[in-house]
Amino acid sequence: MISANLSAVFYLLSGILFILALRGLSSPDTSRQGNYFGIAGMIIAIVVTFLSIGNFSNSLVYVIIFLIIGGTIGAFIAFKIPMTAMPELVAGFHSLVGLAAVFVAIAAFLNPEAFNLGVVGNIKLASLIEMSIGAAVGAITFSGSIIAFLKLRGIMSGAPITFSGQHILNLILGIGIFVLIFFLCKTQSANVFWTVVTISFLVGILLIIPIGGADMPVVISMLNSYSGWAAAGIGFTLENTALIITGALVGSSGAILSYIMCKAMNRSFVSVILGGFGADNSTENKKKGIDQKPVKSGNAEDAAFLMKNASSVIIVPGYGMAVAQAQHAVREMVDKLKKNDIKVTYAIHPVAGRMPGHMNVLLAEANVPYDEVFELEDINNDFANSDVAFVIGANDVTNPVAKTDPKSPIFGMPVLDVEKCKSVLFVKRSLSPGYAGIDNELFYKDNTLMLFADAKKMTEDIVKNLD
Amino acid sequence: MEIDPFIFRFSIFILSIFIGYYVVWSVTPSLHTPLMSVTNAISSVIIVGAIIAALAGSSESIFNISSIFGFIAIILAAINIFGGFLVTQRMLQMYKKKKDKKK
Repeated sequence: MISANLSAVFYLLSGILFILALRGLSSPDTSRQGNYFGIAGMIIAIVVTFLSIGNFSNSLVYVIIFLIIGGTIGAFIAFKIPMTAMPELVAGFHSLVGLAAVFVAIAAFLNPEAFNLGVVGNIKLASLIEMSIGAAVGAITFSGSIIAFLKLRGIMSGAPITFSGQHILNLILGIGIFVLIFFLCKTQSANVFWTVVTISFLVGILLIIPIGGADMPVVISMLNSYSGWAAAGIGFTLENTALIITGALVGSSGAILSYIMCKAMNRSFVSVILGGFGADNSTENKKKGIDQKPVKSGNAEDAAFLMKNASSVIIVPGYGMAVAQAQHAVREMVDKLKKNDIKVTYAIHPVAGRMPGHMNVLLAEANVPYDEVFELEDINNDFANSDVAFVIGANDVTNPVAKTDPKSPIFGMPVLDVEKCKSVLFVKRSLSPGYAGIDNELFYKDNTLMLFADAKKMTEDIVKNLD
Repeated sequence: MEIDPFIFRFSIFILSIFIGYYVVWSVTPSLHTPLMSVTNAISSVIIVGAIIAALAGSSESIFNISSIFGFIAIILAAINIFGGFLVTQRMLQMYKKKKDKKK
């Protein structure tokens, strides 16, 4: 058994290692080292916890058994999961952190002696507040992430679910949680504690169901942030520095990512949370689609011809590439183009895909060197000097209407200036609007050639025609 | 007057938010997905609380109502720890391969 002071020092050490783990991600070169720091920090935290308890009864055997069970499941998932399923995996993992926070809070409430928090019926006031906040945020994270998971997995429709009085109901429930926590402090009643947890589960569901598919990058980042705050809340209860530091890191990390995603869509955080985006205006736009404007459509042969005669090509990937799993075919196509001395780069919009950095990971999986992949602000000026833009599975992020039509719901959103290219190849299954429900002007431009097909099949056909 | 230990922990908390703020802004956008999976893994350090809860049972009753919650939380957090770190490693490995090929 080691002293409380010594273990506190070790917890601080593991907190520092976690900071270094995030620091490593500033460049791909240092990122793997960072991950090892993270693993080291976790091992230190776990070992120190065992040593500080020092009570090696039979329970310890079971703890290790359960640890191995969980670890095996986790490792199995980590090796099996396809890269295209990363968004739902992350959402699923968030739900586990949330639920773990709830369970730890429940255990602390039922057996406060084990945590030095007082006795049942007379838990220290501060601890009671901390554990109920931890439990409430954890429960919201859990049920919210489950809904996000179901939507991303396609088990639940990605369309927003709204009903009248939704926001008022959420507000009342939110206030209700605080009132109940106040009562909990007065009465120490277990029933009130259970009610807080139950209502929080409900709030998590209600919070995420009105948010549509295109806003998922914000939702995932937000839930990431919540899981951090829940951990920090529990950290205060357990008086554990490692947990407090980590919770604060993860909380601010998720908050920054949400901010970046909102900015990339030119939407306020509040409007994303209130949800319903893409639900109301879709019908109106379907009507617009009836008076068909002329569209130039082509086949793989035309596309291959255009690209062969270009000197520079920019690839613009989006969620559609992930759905069709076309990233390897794209890479194959690019290899062929490069053999013909054509300069190829990739342009990635921050909200392309369903989570921050989604496209980068898929391209990395297909062995695309990361120095050929550029972010919006770094590449946007290059479109004007390029011959061909190859848009595969992206839509709203290329829509010039965001720059021209103040009435459009996406007006002001930073978009890729694809239309400035000499010619645009747009791979899409049909003319249907994107997730925002807005018609894309790009389809009707003179220099746009539409390639109506599945992204993967079309790319493979182009590869054949490039020979 | 003594400063309440809570204030010390609160100071650590606020300072860590600032550290997080600056560190995360310096993360390159192409690594935002690994960032999410690694933050996921490290927030599972909550397993510390789960272990304390699970070990609180006496030798006669290893599984009482409170320790059972601890044991379940251990499984949940362990899935996250192993899953989170390994999937991050798998992703970061992909960022490496290309570089080696280029050399």
